[in-house]
Amino acid sequence: MNALLLRTVSSRLFWPIVMLLVLVLINVIAFPDFLTVTVKDGHLFGSIIDILRNGAPTLIIAVGMTLVIATRGIDLSVGAVAAISGAVACSILLGSSDPGNPGTVAVAVIVALIISLVLGVWNGFLVSVIGIQPIIATLILMTAGRGVAMLITEGQILTVDSAPFKELGSGFWFGIPVAVVIGAVIFAVAALLTRRTALGMLIESVGINPEASRQAGVRARVLLFTVYAFCALSAGIAGLILTANQTAADANNTGLFIELDAILAVVIGGTSLAGGRYSLAGTLVGALVIQTLVTTVYTVGIPPIVTMVFKAAVVTAVCLLQSPTTNAAFAQLRQRLAARTARVKEAAAS
Amino acid sequence: MTATIDRPRTGAPAPLRPGRPPRRPIDRLRDVLTSPKSGPVLVTAVLFVAVFIVGGVRYNGFFSGQVLLNLFVDNSYLIVLAVGMTFVILTGGIDLSVGAVVALSTMIAASLLQTGWSPGVVIPLILVLTSVLGLLVGLMIHVFKVQPFIATLAAMFLARGLCYVISKDSISITEPTFVALAVTRIPLGGGLSITPSVVIALAVVIVAVWVLGFTRFGRTVYAIGGSEQSGILMGLPVARTKVIVYVVSGFCSGLAGVLFSFYTLSGYPLTAVGTELDAIAAVVIGGTLLTGGYGFVLGSVLGGLVLGVIQTIITFEGTLSSWWTKIFIGALLLVFIILQKVLTARRR
Amino acid sequence: MTEPVVEMSAISISFPGVKALDDVSFRMFPGEVHSLMGENGAGKSTLIKALTGVYQIDSGSIVVDGESVSFTGPAAAQAAGIATVYQEVNLLPNLSVAENILLGREPRRFGSIDGRAMRRRAAELLDGLNLDIDPGSLLGSHSLAVQQLVAIARAIDVDAKVLILDEPTSSLDADEVAELFRVIRSLRDSGVAILFVSHFLDQIYEITDRLTVLRNGRLVGEYLTEELLRIDLVQKMIGKELTVLDEIGRKAHSADAEGAAADRPADFVRAEGLGRTGAIEPFDLVIGEGEVIGLAGLLGSGRTELARILGGIDRADSGTLSIGGTGRGTGGTGRGGAGGGSGRGGRGGSKLRTPRQAISRRIAYSSEDRRGEGIIDELTVRDNIVLALQADRGWFRPIPKKRQEELAQSYIQALNIRPANPDALVRNLSGGNQQKVLLARWLAIAPRLLILDEPTRGIDIGAKAEIQKLVYTLAENGMSVVFISAELEEVLRLSHRVAVLRDRRLVADIENDGLTVDALLALIADGSVAEEGGVPDAPTAGSGPGAGRASDPDSTTAPAPLETSGDRR
Repeated sequence: MNALLLRTVSSRLFWPIVMLLVLVLINVIAFPDFLTVTVKDGHLFGSIIDILRNGAPTLIIAVGMTLVIATRGIDLSVGAVAAISGAVACSILLGSSDPGNPGTVAVAVIVALIISLVLGVWNGFLVSVIGIQPIIATLILMTAGRGVAMLITEGQILTVDSAPFKELGSGFWFGIPVAVVIGAVIFAVAALLTRRTALGMLIESVGINPEASRQAGVRARVLLFTVYAFCALSAGIAGLILTANQTAADANNTGLFIELDAILAVVIGGTSLAGGRYSLAGTLVGALVIQTLVTTVYTVGIPPIVTMVFKAAVVTAVCLLQSPTTNAAFAQLRQRLAARTARVKEAAAS
Repeated sequence: MTATIDRPRTGAPAPLRPGRPPRRPIDRLRDVLTSPKSGPVLVTAVLFVAVFIVGGVRYNGFFSGQVLLNLFVDNSYLIVLAVGMTFVILTGGIDLSVGAVVALSTMIAASLLQTGWSPGVVIPLILVLTSVLGLLVGLMIHVFKVQPFIATLAAMFLARGLCYVISKDSISITEPTFVALAVTRIPLGGGLSITPSVVIALAVVIVAVWVLGFTRFGRTVYAIGGSEQSGILMGLPVARTKVIVYVVSGFCSGLAGVLFSFYTLSGYPLTAVGTELDAIAAVVIGGTLLTGGYGFVLGSVLGGLVLGVIQTIITFEGTLSSWWTKIFIGALLLVFIILQKVLTARRR
Repeated sequence: MTEPVVEMSAISISFPGVKALDDVSFRMFPGEVHSLMGENGAGKSTLIKALTGVYQIDSGSIVVDGESVSFTGPAAAQAAGIATVYQEVNLLPNLSVAENILLGREPRRFGSIDGRAMRRRAAELLDGLNLDIDPGSLLGSHSLAVQQLVAIARAIDVDAKVLILDEPTSSLDADEVAELFRVIRSLRDSGVAILFVSHFLDQIYEITDRLTVLRNGRLVGEYLTEELLRIDLVQKMIGKELTVLDEIGRKAHSADAEGAAADRPADFVRAEGLGRTGAIEPFDLVIGEGEVIGLAGLLGSGRTELARILGGIDRADSGTLSIGGTGRGTGGTGRGGAGGGSGRGGRGGSKLRTPRQAISRRIAYSSEDRRGEGIIDELTVRDNIVLALQADRGWFRPIPKKRQEELAQSYIQALNIRPANPDALVRNLSGGNQQKVLLARWLAIAPRLLILDEPTRGIDIGAKAEIQKLVYTLAENGMSVVFISAELEEVLRLSHRVAVLRDRRLVADIENDGLTVDALLALIADGSVAEEGGVPDAPTAGSGPGAGRASDPDSTTAPAPLETSGDRR
């Protein structure tokens, strides 16, 4: 019993899940019908569904970010890539004579994703071939990317009128929001891709000990290209969902700060920024925590942007909990407690 | 391999002469240009002059003293930010919170002035608050070993969020002192003029040049960037210095916020989004190595002016849209980062 | 006799799981050059770090110049007059020479650093060292030798009573060493006590007055250099550990040795003039199939450097390496599955540039630095075992879960890895078990040449015996092995041939046919010790590269040349 408890508590998912449950509990107390899901016109509705749908873009990017972070990297450019992806798709739709045609939408989506992939390869090139620190390498695209997005939209907010495209953001498949379905697919693809092949193990190996991995013959360069490309691809997909949701490409604001939310989701999920072992399930929980937090703050009536203060608190708390200094302090405390119990026992015995 | 000319010394063995044979000026020039210390700055200086000349040739009225001075007028807050950022980056750190802190400062200024506080209280208060925020970030980084990127990210969230706590909307500033500081032009003769903000920014630059170049604190900043471990082994106050650079950056962000509110005469929560990137770009383009250890405050000023002159050219061009600024900055960043990479790789 | 300037008494320092220093005493007198000698894990660097205030001592006392001290950090030690010049020159390449000398004590005027006074003071100090460089120039623009002298100039300026030079000569050429020694002597004559740490025995005997020898965290003794024979020194450093491994028998090879001398096994690897500037002088070495080559030499003798080049970890910059088989063409034959992953391995005459290429040639190098370059500590035993095999196959061709399980289970059993749980994290295993996991990783790729760099260091005696037995069995089954160990008994027990390294040079390559520890000690210490000390059993096998080759019949097979000679120096 005790052992089980200990195993549960020491699991990396424990604290994130507790955080999520506490948030849900607060909501249930404040809004008794928080957990209610109703079916309207064959579609699911309810606060939970909203959280899942609005959290999908963050989750999708966070999944890609998890793999990048596992290699000791980081990708700051995901917001910019999302904006570019949305801008590309919208400009193609606007340029076509029949934006409502599913074929046109398919072309727009595919082109947008190919461009995202190219941007990811670019990041991978800077990091693995040129050898620039990941923060810096992706900072370049973060800066220039928004400019490129505006170049594509020519500084306008491109509003498109395309029913199939709109589906991506606000449609339903089998009663479930499309965004949620896409999120689930990306999550599953990432999980299968990394855990059914050796990719996950090799990524972790490189993240934990690059030199030992090199000596074992692991080709870090290929891995880095793969993860940065995947991360940018997921950013592109998230950008399409965000754009479709608003039926407009806004080069300035699409995916603004989303890189920070994604990183936050990864960190809350227990994946260390120092690289190594990662947990996609943790990232899922992390993304849900963030979105629930945002929704809660919103429904409580606090202006949504103030959530940033809460996010700051969460980042700080998580970092301080993960800090080696804190761990050392805890270890010392535990030792002292153990010593005291031992002494108490001794005293009792004698 | 070693020297071809040896000064004869009696008794003693030939001294170690690491220096290569006497250099021709061209060699020496190449040496200076390829040094990680001075190379990037010189490239930036040449770039600035070149861009300015190109602008002068292409556009009427570009080649005037006032256009040059306006670079300072329009970018005084950015220069102050870049100065603070230089301290941080020289130690090998980074500060992502500066843009949000600028916004927070404008919000504090606008809201307190609105309720009738005196500027003589408000401005020092802002500087103290932002310095304290910097102190907290520094402690988080040093004591809890949180990566600078993440710690300053938290500070950025906090500052941006607090802006909205103060107000969702723009608050305009009508307080007479601020207005006076905003509209005053200090004539330099010949029809040229600058603003008080420029004077303040230049004062900050001068102090920073002195601190970094001529005080023990400043040299320790460089030492940390060179090798933190060596700095500790040499008995330098590494811990204290590492925390103080974030205080400096916090202070500079606060001051930049004050200057920014002179410039815009308002406080607005969404102001200065992405300014941290401009500040980092200014520092990098100004020749400071992102890994720390090499760089000058004056380089960062120059970097800020390069950003300004690009902006000005795009304004003059008219047909070029403003987003080209970001693309140019990104491209320049890339070029300078690769340049740094090449220069440091050659030295190792 | 004068009073010692430093007296460290009964010093003990423990780290989690290790007692790094156990009741060690150490003293230094003014005006002497003293050296601290010992192999890996002897406690040298721990003792130095205790003296320089980097580590706090658990028990014992330090007296400097008659005053009891307790250092809270490097700054405190410096204030007490103890200056250190580290091997990797802990200075700041981004600052000027003058600043590096005077940082922290810059002359100031009105709160500003007085640059002119600083340069003047630096120039004086540099002049004292006969070093003619511009104090305003960047430190990073100078050679390592000059940086070393700048570090010494910094030390002199603090009026150091004790100057610690930690491997100052490891990257200097002969002229630079001579210059450094001149400086050391003049400092010594001015009354400074100098602690000179080096792996080069010649240099130790040239410059030092007194030696303190440590082994396994304990003090062996303090000696006057001129009274201690080299062979005795080496023996004291290496020690003669009584091991309980006699069951293996002393390399049963001797049985077939009589016949074997005539027909050597086919060559698997042939290195000619292979070398790497600053790491190891060009060497020749032939390794036959199923042959165990022991590399003997002190720490820093080049034994690890040689092994790393053979294993593709570091790139050679001169010489050729031929990897062949018994006329079956270039390596990799008969290995199913490997074809796809190492398609480029077959490219004719490719160079051994990366560990990856070595692995595709079925050469495995197991690093001496188990934690830093070996295990992936956050991964499971299973992942660690399959890592190299999986990396070779590429990530998109995963080893099936079932096969992984089989591999892990079979190696856990074969090597007796404890806990016998493939899902345990490797970080939670003992050192010996971590080492076995590493061995399993390399055995899983079915290597034809296995290079083991100190596989038995720091592990318990039981695991040691198991690893030795394993090496023996592997060789019996035709695998070539390069075995490095600081314990000479171990080397002698396992090896068919022993290659001896000294001062970054391969100095002898001899058949292990009745070779004794004493003979090996003499070779490691210095071939010339025979004349000086009259060691009776100095080997006659001769020394110098290729000496042992005389017995080689000219190779029956011509291994395909793999690497053409280095193009530049």
